[in-house]
Amino acid sequence: MASLVGSRVERKEDKKLLTGRGKYTADVNFVNQTFAYFVRSPHARAQIKKVDITKAMKAPGVVSILTGADIANDKIGGLIAGWRIKSEDGSDMKVPAHPPLANDTVNYVGDHVAVVIAESLDEARNAAEIVKVDYKILKAVVDTKDAMSSDQIYKDIPKNLCFDWLLGDRTKVKEAFEKADKVIKIDLINNRLVPNAMEPRAANADYNPSTEEITLYTTSQNPHLARIIISAFNGVAPENKLRVIAPDVGGGFGSKIYPYAEEVVCSWAAKKIERPVKWVADRTESFLSDCHGRDHVTHAELAVKNDGTFLGFKNETIANLGAYASVFGTVTPTYLFGPCATGVYKMPAAYTNVKAVFTNTAPVDAYRGAGRPEATYTIETLVEKAARELGMDPAEIRMKNFPTQFPYQQTLVHSVDSGDYVAGLNKAMELADYKGFEKRKRESASKGKLRGIGLCSYFEACGIAPSPVVMMLGCGIGLWESAEVRFNPTGNVTVFTGSHSHGQGHDTTFAQIAADQLGVPIENIEISHGDTDKGPFGYGTYGSRSLTVGGTAIVKACDKIIAKGKRVAAKMLEASVDDVEFSNGEFVVAKSNKKKTIGEIAFACYLPGTYGEVKSPLPEGEEPGLKETSFFDPANFSFPAGSHICEVEVDPDTGETKVVKYTAIDDFGTIINPLVVEGQVHGGLAQGIGQALYENCHYDETGQLVTASYMDYTMPRADNFPDFNLGFTCTPATSNPLGTKGCGEAGAIAAPPAVMNAVMNAIGTEISMPATAEKVWKAYNQNKKRNSEAA
Amino acid sequence: MKTFNYHSAKDVKEASKLSSSNSAYLAGGMTTIPSIKLGLASYRDVIDIKGIKSLSGIKVSGKSVKIGATTKHVEVAKSKDVKKAIPSLSALAEGIGDPQVRNRGTIGGSIANNDPSADYPSACIALNAVIHTNSRKIEAEKFFKGMFETALKSGEIIEAIEFSIPQKSNYQKYPNPASRYAIVGVYVAKHKSAVNVAVTGAKSCVYNDKDLSKALSNNFSSSSVDAVRISSSEMNSDVHASAEYRANMVKVFAKKAVEAC
Ligand SMILES: Cc1cc2nc3c(=O)[nH]c(=O)nc-3n(C[C@H](O)[C@H](O)[C@H](O)COP(=O)(O)OP(=O)(O)OC[C@H]3O[C@@H](n4cnc5c(N)ncnc54)[C@H](O)[C@@H]3O)c2cc1C
Repeated sequence: MASLVGSRVERKEDKKLLTGRGKYTADVNFVNQTFAYFVRSPHARAQIKKVDITKAMKAPGVVSILTGADIANDKIGGLIAGWRIKSEDGSDMKVPAHPPLANDTVNYVGDHVAVVIAESLDEARNAAEIVKVDYKILKAVVDTKDAMSSDQIYKDIPKNLCFDWLLGDRTKVKEAFEKADKVIKIDLINNRLVPNAMEPRAANADYNPSTEEITLYTTSQNPHLARIIISAFNGVAPENKLRVIAPDVGGGFGSKIYPYAEEVVCSWAAKKIERPVKWVADRTESFLSDCHGRDHVTHAELAVKNDGTFLGFKNETIANLGAYASVFGTVTPTYLFGPCATGVYKMPAAYTNVKAVFTNTAPVDAYRGAGRPEATYTIETLVEKAARELGMDPAEIRMKNFPTQFPYQQTLVHSVDSGDYVAGLNKAMELADYKGFEKRKRESASKGKLRGIGLCSYFEACGIAPSPVVMMLGCGIGLWESAEVRFNPTGNVTVFTGSHSHGQGHDTTFAQIAADQLGVPIENIEISHGDTDKGPFGYGTYGSRSLTVGGTAIVKACDKIIAKGKRVAAKMLEASVDDVEFSNGEFVVAKSNKKKTIGEIAFACYLPGTYGEVKSPLPEGEEPGLKETSFFDPANFSFPAGSHICEVEVDPDTGETKVVKYTAIDDFGTIINPLVVEGQVHGGLAQGIGQALYENCHYDETGQLVTASYMDYTMPRADNFPDFNLGFTCTPATSNPLGTKGCGEAGAIAAPPAVMNAVMNAIGTEISMPATAEKVWKAYNQNKKRNSEAA
Repeated sequence: MKTFNYHSAKDVKEASKLSSSNSAYLAGGMTTIPSIKLGLASYRDVIDIKGIKSLSGIKVSGKSVKIGATTKHVEVAKSKDVKKAIPSLSALAEGIGDPQVRNRGTIGGSIANNDPSADYPSACIALNAVIHTNSRKIEAEKFFKGMFETALKSGEIIEAIEFSIPQKSNYQKYPNPASRYAIVGVYVAKHKSAVNVAVTGAKSCVYNDKDLSKALSNNFSSSSVDAVRISSSEMNSDVHASAEYRANMVKVFAKKAVEAC
């Protein structure tokens, strides 16, 4: 049987998803269903003086209205921050309480005040309109940069500062800067984004009073984590009485990693009223209450020698956490950000200092790339600026500072096991026809357009994550992954994974792996995920981890299946175990050429007795059945890397900017399915280009979200993109047997600096994201004016 | 969404009879439905006029193009007759929103709504359109009164819009990258007697820029535009564009339109 790993197998799940046969949380309805609508704060910051539900309780169809007082009475725990970060001075981070329904204060527009449960959604919504909340409006803190000097939001959190964190060595950096010929400085804003998964968040909780069990359907990237948090921290039900199912989920991008207030409230309320409670976000609620991404203000400096050698780097960042510290909110701007701050380069000295602040805006958490796009944007625009100031080619300065020996121990944290950055950049330059740029620039000029080219060489730490390392750094959980491979008696296979697919194509990629390992046709393999009652505990999907960590667990479980199969085959074929070889789905005794297929072995394992002529095939002491579980904890992160080259055309009269050419060379280690991987790169690039040119989440100074719909928040569309030129290099990862590194986030990490470097190259001056037409037009004209005044 | 009574009118008379101060007509529904869903509007009666045959269709004569009120944007965009008579008008229709919007939205709905950023109002002004209603004919210049405000009386129904065929014309638009409504749209039309330069998106309501129209009536060349000063004082300013930028774009687009004529 030909190997499936590396082939473009069409996605098995697409037929279902594209023909409307998917089953999403909103599709689930229970008998006796009720519908929830949340009363949300219209103010960014206010004291709740009184919540009056008397009139609303009498509205038609209302079943129950629950408030912060009810949730406090029932001692339901608050929402949690998953990582404990310590400040440079050794003190613990400071986080505010985050009750699922607000008690005394609301802290962003959209914050949860009460839930109205009714016989229909319309009735719930209508009643919610007449819940009377008496607010004392307080001055909101909105701006990231000014947060530390603004009004204090929480009594115990001075300067609105969650932590002031340092990674690296200030003294060594100081010494390095003293030796520099030149110091390149940059000030950046990493614009806040709204994740915008296609499927809005939803939850539907059913409670069975006789078994006391809650079944929660939810839009989660991570149903096992949802269960343990709702159980152990919120205290809604013991883990064995809570089943969490994340069925088909329409995208997450980080916004569905952790359980929100709505899941907790629906589960708790279902138990309280003994009826199923369903909530489905509308798009406005998604804009207001999904966690947002990015939102950094950064000052960075690079110390260089005149020949372009990097000596040292510092990064001073203020990261906006929003109103509360959410599950991955505190790790995103620290351990997902700082260790990647020096990019792919040899950097003898470096530090990253992050001040994380609270503001009266929606919580900020992991969003595709999480920390690594922010790190990459900083170093890659800074390196490009260094090239400009030193009069060097941007490719040359990068090549000069790439490490060429692997494994490579970086200065800050990571020991990068494998890579070939030189080959990647060379291949990108070739595919992009880097040399032909000047000619294309002249062609654009003849049409009155400015053309610019921009590079980005990135790496990322993903395959999240070695548990001992992350737990040492403050993570409250391990980040291993599980798999269970279950042969059915008739020889087909169900593989359970603790990760979760919400667009990534697990059903196909994981089946390819199992098919190759077991020699079973891919049609005979089903991948099952998303139900805490089915597979073993796992940690879900984010951080480009599923294949590298979860896929490896599948390989390990398959190894155990094969080991058992060998023992059984040896008995059946009357040979010694050592003489049994396994390949292409067959157990073969080389000497006698006798063989059994894995299907026969599976059948035998399930029928251990004697039946007619057939003697029991199981060796003494061997248990019947053929099912194995594996928990894989990686020894290291994995380190995808690559070089992207972008070309833009700018209309100097209007500032309109278009990406006209985009080349991406990525090293994802072994590629299981190029079709799926290319799709992941395309999606990532769309989001990355979206951040650079279009998307911007904007709060006004009172904390109202101005861009709260698609009429005002610009999602990129297909006609905003050229055909992408994709290519790959491959240095397999050494930390897992598949050699895979992860591909889900690369596009979103690499594209923003590549695009912005191209825009800045075209207009000859600096500009912040998103590079909207007006901003480009203004920057270009101001620069032109400055230059002509100087001349 | 608040509940309402849905009616499907078989002819203009019935539609008109059903209307009240608490009703809306339903054409493409691309504005009405989202407004109801978001709680920005509520009506007791929603009167569907899509089934009224006499309100739909395109007629081209020697001098004019007459488009029925419920004709969809996609029909105008695809019409060979329109493309031949006034190519800029079919191009305008092709540039409205996205395929979903064009497959439902109608010219009558667009004009009745008079969104300050809508495209069609500029065509009406530039092409000396006459708005035919169930009770009268209204010249475009008198039809668009202000932000979301028209000369229509309560319950009055637009039946058709009649555009004069110009000698030359062109429409240039910088679409809002999010919604694709016009941040600025400039419609230049050269008629035998004079040139009209209609501007949408820039101010609270579509307008005929008299200075640009006059300059181009005297000398129809893009250099005439250079001499005209465009003030930003009454222009819109929002998260998408400042008044200053809009003023610049009026000029840039007026030139581009003249050059493309
Ligand atoms: C996402 C999106 C993007 C859009 N982009 C653009 C764009 O780029 N450019 C642009 O110009 N427009 C744009 N639009 C508007 C759209 O093209 C429609 O023209 C507009 O929504 C109204 O037309 P309708 O047929 O949908 O009217 P409806 O929503 O059905 O009605 C709107 C109003 O007009 C009244 N009305 C309708 N027909 C008549 C009639 N015959 N007589 C009297 N009153 C009537 C109704 O009572 C109602 O008050 C966009 C809309 C959306 C949703």
